[in-house]
Amino acid sequence: MAAPLETDVKNSLLRAAISRRGLLVGVAGATTALLLSDSDALAAADDGWEAALKKIIGEATPVNDKIKLEMPEIAENGNTVPFSVSVDSPMTTEDYVKSVHVISTGNPQPVIATFHFTPESGKAAVASRMRLAKTQDIISVAELSDGKFAMTKKTVKVTIGGCGG
Amino acid sequence: MATKPRIRVPETVKAGEVIEVKTLISHIMETGQRKDQDGKPIPRNIINTFTATFNGKEVFKVDLHPGISANPYMAFHVRVPGPGDLELSWLDDSGQKITEKVKLNVS
Repeated sequence: MAAPLETDVKNSLLRAAISRRGLLVGVAGATTALLLSDSDALAAADDGWEAALKKIIGEATPVNDKIKLEMPEIAENGNTVPFSVSVDSPMTTEDYVKSVHVISTGNPQPVIATFHFTPESGKAAVASRMRLAKTQDIISVAELSDGKFAMTKKTVKVTIGGCGG
Repeated sequence: MATKPRIRVPETVKAGEVIEVKTLISHIMETGQRKDQDGKPIPRNIINTFTATFNGKEVFKVDLHPGISANPYMAFHVRVPGPGDLELSWLDDSGQKITEKVKLNVS
């Protein structure tokens, strides 16, 4: 006997909600928790941004304060989209930011850049410009000297993509 | 990387101060995704590493990937303990390396 229509709808909604794309569509702040709670989705991707992210943070749970990623909400030209990352840290030899990774979820190659700091950097704050192939989430992860991680993300809408492909 | 990179630092620096360094260098940053008129892929050639050293010691480094825009702009910070040599270098896939000594007016 066929399942009732409402059960079908509920099941497909559930499936959509826990799909990989569904993990990205979330309330800001809750998104990080969602991204990391479903380790099956992370494990499932063998290349791409999920694998790149897992390679950096492993099984760790990042915090999502301390790190700020600034990007425009809308990028008119995907060839050059400004971004800046800053991490709240004293940058002393006992407590500093070791590196910051910037990861694209929609470009042909997931890692955009990795910034390596030392206490002599004085401030863990950088700015550059990236190419975006299409509307997507950009993730920034900071690796701290105590082995912990901080992570945040931004959604950027792109009107004209720019990876030359 | 034919032309000289543009570098901006504060006019005067107090010993111990953390300054922002802004850089801009001309480079096509060929991603390897594009194809020429005959449909053949254009090989990748990007600046893959940017390094800043102070008195020979590495203070900041960037691994760049094709997702960084052409003519890479890079702004970062460095603590200047006193007078000394701030050197910046850019290395691309062809092995070409450009190094610039930055003059700092430290008091």
